[in-house]
Amino acid sequence: MTDISLAKTSARTLDEAAAAKRARMHLISSVVRYALLFGVGFLMLYPLIWLVGASFKTNSEIFSGAGFLPQSPTVEGYVQGWQTSTPYTFGRFFWNSFLIILPKVIGTAISCTMVAYAFARFEFPFKKILFGSVIAVLLLPNVVTRIPQYILFRDLGWLDSFLPLWVPSALAGDAFFVFMLVQFLRSLPTDMEEAARVDGANSLQTLVFIVVPMLGPALVSVCLFQFMWTMNDFLGPLIYISSVDKYPVSLALKLSIDTTEAFEWNRILAMSVLTITPALVVFFAAQRYFIEGISAGGRKG
Amino acid sequence: MAYVQLKNLEKVYNNTNKVVHGLSLDIKDGEFMVFVGPSGCAKSTTLRMIAGLEEITAGDIIIGDQRVNDLSPSKRQIAMVFQNYALYPHMKVRGNLSFGLRIAGRPKAEIAAAVDKVAAILEIEPLLDRLPKQLSGGQAQRVALGRALIKNPGVFLFDEPLSNLDAKLRASMRVRITDLHRQLKAEGNSPTVVYVTHDQTEAMTMGDRICVMQAGRIMQVATPKELYNAPANLFVAGFIGTPEMNLVEGAMEGGDFVVGSQRLAMGSDLSGRLSSQPADAVLGIRPQQFSLVAHGPALEAKLVHAEFMGHEVYMHADCEGRRLVSVVGAAEFEARGQSDVIRLRPDPKTLHVFDKSDGRNVSLHGGSIAA
Ligand SMILES: Nc1ncnc2c1ncn2[C@@H]1O[C@H](COP(=O)(O)OP(=O)(O)O)[C@@H](O)[C@H]1O
Ligand SMILES: [Mg+2]
Repeated sequence: MTDISLAKTSARTLDEAAAAKRARMHLISSVVRYALLFGVGFLMLYPLIWLVGASFKTNSEIFSGAGFLPQSPTVEGYVQGWQTSTPYTFGRFFWNSFLIILPKVIGTAISCTMVAYAFARFEFPFKKILFGSVIAVLLLPNVVTRIPQYILFRDLGWLDSFLPLWVPSALAGDAFFVFMLVQFLRSLPTDMEEAARVDGANSLQTLVFIVVPMLGPALVSVCLFQFMWTMNDFLGPLIYISSVDKYPVSLALKLSIDTTEAFEWNRILAMSVLTITPALVVFFAAQRYFIEGISAGGRKG
Repeated sequence: MAYVQLKNLEKVYNNTNKVVHGLSLDIKDGEFMVFVGPSGCAKSTTLRMIAGLEEITAGDIIIGDQRVNDLSPSKRQIAMVFQNYALYPHMKVRGNLSFGLRIAGRPKAEIAAAVDKVAAILEIEPLLDRLPKQLSGGQAQRVALGRALIKNPGVFLFDEPLSNLDAKLRASMRVRITDLHRQLKAEGNSPTVVYVTHDQTEAMTMGDRICVMQAGRIMQVATPKELYNAPANLFVAGFIGTPEMNLVEGAMEGGDFVVGSQRLAMGSDLSGRLSSQPADAVLGIRPQQFSLVAHGPALEAKLVHAEFMGHEVYMHADCEGRRLVSVVGAAEFEARGQSDVIRLRPDPKTLHVFDKSDGRNVSLHGGSIAA
């Protein structure tokens, strides 16, 4: 009786010791892993952190060290940067960007969905050739079309307006999004759409009530990509917009470098921070759908 | 009202791949018709042509006095239940049920009443505010059934609706669907059902009539009983019944069936039924219709393996190099003696003889087969 319980006890202590050892190893490896992750992550993020920190520094302090903590934080950069050296405040440029982005994103979502739906679900003449040309456009470098496009828009009288910046995209001009949505649609089973047809829905109703809700995550990705790319687009506005009052933020940032003799870096940095804020906010707000959309796009059905 | 007629129906995929070869079939108003056949025999394709989801290459489909070839699915008085339920994932159960009515622009009160009625019939009231992903397979199937039922269609189309369910649920849903059909019939609605399955148990238990298909052709259309007792050809004989019918290749010689070195006298019971005496014949014997005998005409075989199933035993035996399966009562099996050579006598009333060259059953002559 005693022997047995003794043996049991020692076995248990052995087990416990092993378990404790395992837990300790686990802890150590976790600490190491997280330290490494934090280190590398910090390194990657440092420029961004520095940007935010520097935007609160005075102009002279910015170049005095690589540290990111301002010694005497000031919002002077923001206040003066917002005023700009033009008759307009930075708010005006944000509004311009918004006027480009809004129709572009909405137009892209609607037009690309319809085109992708047609490619993915209907048979029509020359479908193969047409889809081939979508892929060809996808592979075509942007620069090739710059000049013909410019001439076209000049002849249309669209120069120095927002139209060249969003109309092509709003007419499903971005082959990448069409392609992405086609791939996503191909991975979705067609049963629901057939059920909807049996239920009496026509093609448009099927698209709106059945396909679009299932396409949700992919559409969020499309809108996000389009939003960020448009926000960051510098060349487009540079080519087509000539009046300062129509500048979007990407151009306006450059403006503050052009017109000031002694660069007010703190203003530029402050405005840079403001410029990336919308993209960051939107990204984090939609992150879940975004990631779902990208990964689901690659799934085979 | 809603009988379905297929006339020389053909389907060619991609201009080259012909999968349906001239089907002609009359499905009566209110009938429960089951399409059964192995996977890939074009059951779904045929059903989808009836539904209007697949274009018809040639031939006609008539539903309730109307040629529907060029009508859209919603104009054909049909409702369909899909194998994977095909519920709209972003709509609650209520929304799924009412989608068709909402598209048709029916008044709200009418829709609500229809949803409640269907939910009560299928006992899915507690599920009405759930999303499809919150349903179990059986629940989802009932919702899918409800979505068809709510349209009060002339023809129900089912494409393997139970094949994603586990065996127990399948058995109960089988009963539920046939009960529902009977109930609707009693109410005077009399909907026609076309039910596709690859499972012969479903076919045998559910169908008023069964259409056995193979490779895009109809092999036989008959009631379950007739199909079992009088299979028109080798394919149907081998497809219907568990364990499968024994199909023994041999020859007919002067009224006897010759297999290897053995000679089985057929007796007048069978020979009276024969419409011809093919030289190359296949003898069809259901495992249940063997009995163990000591003398008299029988096939001699060597017992290879016996499966004890409780009240009966499945005997696997070797007869002239051919596998014979027979089912005998447990008591009969115990009484067989010590030797592993057994003598199996088929019941001559239920024997079938098939012409090996074309697979036709030549023993249906006079149609006097005992049930
Ligand atoms: N959309 C399609 N395109 C080309 N061939 C198809 C298509 N759908 C089915 N088939 C072919 O038609 C045949 C019958 O398929 P199906 O009707 O699904 O059979 P079942 O439902 O009896 O299993 C199969 O050989 C299949 O490969
Ligand atoms: Mg099928």
